[in-house]
Amino acid sequence: MATTEHKHPNYMAIFWYLAILTVVEIAVIYMPLAKFTIGVLLCALALGKATLVAMYFMHLKFETRTLGMVAVTPLVIATLLIFVLLPDGFAVMKKTVGVKASTTEPAKH
Amino acid sequence: MSQAASIHGAVEPAESPLTPESWGKLGMWIFLAGDAVGFGTLLAGYGAMRATSADWPSPYDVLGINLTALMTFLLICSSVTMVKALEWLGKGDKIRAQNFLFYTALGGAIFVSLQAYEWTHLIHRGLHINGNPWGASLFGTSFFLVTGFHGLHVTGGVIYLLSILRVVAKRPQPAASYNAVEIAGLYWHFVDLVWIMVFTFMYLL
Repeated sequence: MATTEHKHPNYMAIFWYLAILTVVEIAVIYMPLAKFTIGVLLCALALGKATLVAMYFMHLKFETRTLGMVAVTPLVIATLLIFVLLPDGFAVMKKTVGVKASTTEPAKH
Repeated sequence: MSQAASIHGAVEPAESPLTPESWGKLGMWIFLAGDAVGFGTLLAGYGAMRATSADWPSPYDVLGINLTALMTFLLICSSVTMVKALEWLGKGDKIRAQNFLFYTALGGAIFVSLQAYEWTHLIHRGLHINGNPWGASLFGTSFFLVTGFHGLHVTGGVIYLLSILRVVAKRPQPAASYNAVEIAGLYWHFVDLVWIMVFTFMYLL
């Protein structure tokens, strides 16, 4: 019927995980690591947090597997899209880099 | 009461295959999957533009993260109050559920206010939708587009939550509004989830 209530996970534990992961994310950007390593770490942490929210707050852990696949599809599409867009981006970059170098002064920092 | 009975279960022609509790939940999930493609497209576009730009400013230096870290924390807190509202409703405590729903909406309203403050501050410093003093003009364009799209979702969410609050208050049986609150919760957590992504990709990276 309308209200078959599934059991509630320990929400406060999830809250603390999310809070701690946020602090870790901010700590990571101050770490003396290569830019690429920081990027990979940040992506992993963000995905971890998103998974926690989806699995426990949105109760995906207690839903059917197929619903999980519906939920994951946009992530796959978005990831693929980056690679679809990159060739265009690089083509534009090739055209503009030469122009910019000759017309603009070096950035003031 | 008879009206509530006709809304829940009785008129549904068959059981929803993916979400046996209700068709509404499946509907919300499918809407969210579509919405996620929208956000995914914006973020992927942002990533591709940034990766192929020669003079993309460092977001961390331009935007600052102290205020946004606070906003992230606020949104996580509002997600917790949302699940608490559902939990209390499940236990049959309508008043506590209504209070927690109100806190959730309040958290969302404060989030949007902080975002308005942040935007004002950044615009005064020269970050405009068509250019900025730090480098690629698309930096400002994509920043306002993505955070603005998310801010609109939060604003819509606050209105949604307040109307659900009214539904809970009007229905005498707490169980009668459980489904509606759970579906609203799905939307609200999705907005939180998207902000986790936006915060990481547009502020920290």
